[in-house]
Amino acid sequence: MNTLLIAEHNNQSLADATVKSATAAAQMGGECHVLVAGSGCAGVAEAAAKLDGVAKVLLADDPQYEKQLAEPMAALVVAIADGYATIASPASTNGKNFMPRIAALLDCSQVSDITAVIDANTFERPIYAGNAIQTVKVNEAKKTVTIRSTAFAAAGDGGSAAVEALGAVDNPGLSEFVNEELTKSDRPELTSAKIVVSGGRGMQSGDNFPMLEKIADKLGAAVGASRAAVDAGFVPNDYQVGQTGKVVAPELYIAVGISGAIQHLAGMKDSKVIVAINKDEEAPIFQVADYGLVADLFTAVPELEEELGKAGL
Amino acid sequence: MKILVPVKRVVDYNVKIRVKPDQTGVDLANVKMSMNPFCEIAVEEAVRLQEAGTATEIIVVSVGPTQAQETIRTALAMGADRGILVKTDDEMEPLGIAKVLKAVVEAENPDLVILGKQAIDGDNNQTGQMLAALLGWSQGTFASELGIEGDKVNVTREIDGGLQSVKLSMPAIITTDLRLNEPRYASLPNIMKAKKKPIDEKELADYGVDAAPRLEIVKVSEPAEREAGVKVETVGELVDKLKNEAGVL
Repeated sequence: MNTLLIAEHNNQSLADATVKSATAAAQMGGECHVLVAGSGCAGVAEAAAKLDGVAKVLLADDPQYEKQLAEPMAALVVAIADGYATIASPASTNGKNFMPRIAALLDCSQVSDITAVIDANTFERPIYAGNAIQTVKVNEAKKTVTIRSTAFAAAGDGGSAAVEALGAVDNPGLSEFVNEELTKSDRPELTSAKIVVSGGRGMQSGDNFPMLEKIADKLGAAVGASRAAVDAGFVPNDYQVGQTGKVVAPELYIAVGISGAIQHLAGMKDSKVIVAINKDEEAPIFQVADYGLVADLFTAVPELEEELGKAGL
Repeated sequence: MKILVPVKRVVDYNVKIRVKPDQTGVDLANVKMSMNPFCEIAVEEAVRLQEAGTATEIIVVSVGPTQAQETIRTALAMGADRGILVKTDDEMEPLGIAKVLKAVVEAENPDLVILGKQAIDGDNNQTGQMLAALLGWSQGTFASELGIEGDKVNVTREIDGGLQSVKLSMPAIITTDLRLNEPRYASLPNIMKAKKKPIDEKELADYGVDAAPRLEIVKVSEPAEREAGVKVETVGELVDKLKNEAGVL
């Protein structure tokens, strides 16, 4: 029995999340087939065909799949689900949206947001926002899985799988795309950024966040915040890193004026390198920080900007 | 318009959870429990729709142990009209919950079901989408804004990299994201009033659905501990270490 990986893409290019998820899917047993569903997305299918470990690419190129809405996507995948023991996708907002719908239509269970593949039916996944790791086994013939792609290395591009075109399946017609407003910021998106600079209550005011933005722009980083900073109205809700906000795992996380409440730590403690700048040396954030600097952020942050400049950034 | 809001009782988000030494799960004995934060947002949104004259009745449902009554009471104190508790002490999985909720929907015939996008214990993010599939309804997940327009509901969704707007045919399933609203605190008079609102107690068996667990939890373990780091004295030293030791710049 084979594995079907549903590709994340924007109709022009294959998302990095798919390239990493292919590594996980290749460990799930049988041949790995990739489904590219979209509109005008033949180029994406070609890119998917080059991924190491991919045996076949299925291309469903039709206007109804352009935005990967859950209702038509689920109808399509259910129609081709025979022969697959595992149907997987990156745990992107698209995958999170349509995968459980597919699972319920197939009357199978889903394992969400896996971070390791133990064997074809057994996976590790974080629960309680990463404060515990659950090892879960599926003892049934079919399952869906979403993959936390940051936990896997990118697949190589030495493959040459065949691309097979699929016809569209009847759209259930329950939903209609209206429009999309993608953040035009030059900064990367919080959950996929390689570096994140976050501010907490210690920032004292939203007016002080431009200090962090300057650092972020030098580093090509995203800007985040703790719940305390969001609740105090310094920055909007979508900046929030934490258990009830976004869970991030960048290469470098710089926490500025953040004490390190449990709820915040849950959202960032899987970062590769953590830096904490805080004037309270007892702050819990220092217990998870690789590099701690006990200093007043209002002198340390401008100094950091200057030092980064000296370092050629 | 009738709105159904399913809610879940979970470990309070401020509690530092502990994994049981035998690795069978998380220790829930004597731990503070609260309504799942995303469920609070769902209740708040339903109450706002009622205050705006759009909704006529809000029914809150929870599938769980007897103590989930407290969670339903919290929702009633926020403004919901009545509650349904489907009692079970079994460990429930999203598909099982979705099947029970489908039966509740068929009995109550709501126009809209608003629920949290995920519970902060299992972090599954599945139940709403599964319920939509089982009912053959449309789904507007991760909503940050919603507006009713005749028999359609306009939903702004939080997606990777921005916002997406979709128009859904009703009846529909909505799952809430953080930006949808800020839930209110129930006032004391409303907490008193909520004590008189009805909660209908049901047994899982009353719905005749197979909601038995299907996944095998092999173990639950502690995440890898982070090693204690070092303190640096100056910003210059910090940048040097990030560049030359950690190699992240």
